[in-house]
Amino acid sequence: MIAWLVGFIVLIVKIAVVLGTLLFIAAYLVWVERKLLGRLQVRLGPNRAGKFGLLQPIADSLKMLTKEDIVPEAVDRTIFLLAPAVVALTALLMFAVVPFGEDITLGGRPIPLVISDINVALLFIFAMSSLGVYGVALGGWASNSKYSLLGGIRGAAQMISYELSIGLSLVPVVMLAGSFSLVDIVAAQARYPYVLVQPVSFIIFFISAMAESKRIPFDLPEAENELGAGFHTEYSGMRFGLFFIGEYVHIQVLGALLAVFFLGGWHGPYLPGPVWLLIKMMAVALVMIWIRGTLPRLRYDQLMAFGWKILVPAALINIVITGAFVLI
Amino acid sequence: MSDPKQTSWLGDILGSVSAMAGGFSTTFKHLFRKPITEEYPEYKRPLPERSRARIILTRDPDGDERCVACYLCSAACPVSCISMQSTEREDGRRYAAWFRINFGRCIYCGLCEEACPTSAIQLTPDFENCRRDILTMVFEKEDLLVDHGGKDKTYNFYRYAGVVSGKGGKGEHVKEKKAVDVKTNLP
Repeated sequence: MIAWLVGFIVLIVKIAVVLGTLLFIAAYLVWVERKLLGRLQVRLGPNRAGKFGLLQPIADSLKMLTKEDIVPEAVDRTIFLLAPAVVALTALLMFAVVPFGEDITLGGRPIPLVISDINVALLFIFAMSSLGVYGVALGGWASNSKYSLLGGIRGAAQMISYELSIGLSLVPVVMLAGSFSLVDIVAAQARYPYVLVQPVSFIIFFISAMAESKRIPFDLPEAENELGAGFHTEYSGMRFGLFFIGEYVHIQVLGALLAVFFLGGWHGPYLPGPVWLLIKMMAVALVMIWIRGTLPRLRYDQLMAFGWKILVPAALINIVITGAFVLI
Repeated sequence: MSDPKQTSWLGDILGSVSAMAGGFSTTFKHLFRKPITEEYPEYKRPLPERSRARIILTRDPDGDERCVACYLCSAACPVSCISMQSTEREDGRRYAAWFRINFGRCIYCGLCEEACPTSAIQLTPDFENCRRDILTMVFEKEDLLVDHGGKDKTYNFYRYAGVVSGKGGKGEHVKEKKAVDVKTNLP
């Protein structure tokens, strides 16, 4: 009973720390993105709220929370209200299976630094990112407006297409590690990270995961200058904020997954595991901001052609080659 | 694939990769450039003299009001934000008894300045003219009148006007011919 209680408390503490860190970093990732993007475009970025604009995320969230939560009359009310939560929730849940350090021992009992080490963690991640599509597609549909619907349709098509190449790009990793569990995959990279043996997979995963998180150059679902704001045109206040949080948590999850599958997870010299994971996540986020500052948005047909005619075949060929090597 | 312009798919890939590398190196270089942002309340960019913002009523070099209350600005104004009442001084010179511009309505088009025959109404580069209360945007004559000639320091309408006023009688104005004694024209 006592052991169960202690385990439960430890779990709650872990969840609280992870959620707190994720949301805190999500808020400051917005600041980092705006600042860095500003410098990439030879401007200053936010610098009014606090020193270097450091209070900007707080000001933004206060603004979002105090804004009126408008629900237009013609919307499908239930789905409209639920959709932002789906996006934020699935993004947050994905982090549940990401290991962020070595087991630590506390009071004689080992505590694994992962919220949940399930043996089909990789499938869980796919499941969650597929569910995330519902948030976008239903949010766009329930808004009952043309722009939102177009954004939702684009989102659904794009995310489903690119999910395929994400899945295929990770098959070689599973082949090498021999497990679906992220803990095992990280453990298998103790000697060298998989990016060295699977560079093609790495690139395919990075590109498709970026498409999955709807970032420039794959931001067709929200495409400001053609669709208003796409699937979240009709949203305001904190419901829009939830979409926003979902996107920035997704960036972190993407960074964490990229680190787990290809960059050796929390493995690294000198520094403790969680710090290394954080460093890798941030590096991925910075690269994504750099990409946002450089590349223009793809056209819809280019997006589809790129996904189905380049990424999927490349991933399939990569699987065959890796399979041959594993057999030998 | 007999088209000579068609490159191989490997060439295509290399070409696009090098193009992307060019783009990424450009943005990376921009990261280390000094931002060109001018931070507004701290640094106020000197505006061109002919910028169109807050409207003033100027005076001629002698210190008299230039405005002769001819209503041309009021007529030219597309949003009808200028109103006035004309009256006459003892020496025959016209002026506005009251003169009112509603800046809450003004679109700063500058047509009043173009219409003005005496160079009295002029737009200035001072654009920082925001108020919380829209009623305080209504400017009366004493708010508009300034103690200088604005953009046109030397012009004095009554020196050319040919109208008998404090600036001289018939035939005493600049470029004016001597007044003709009508009696000498009689047959």
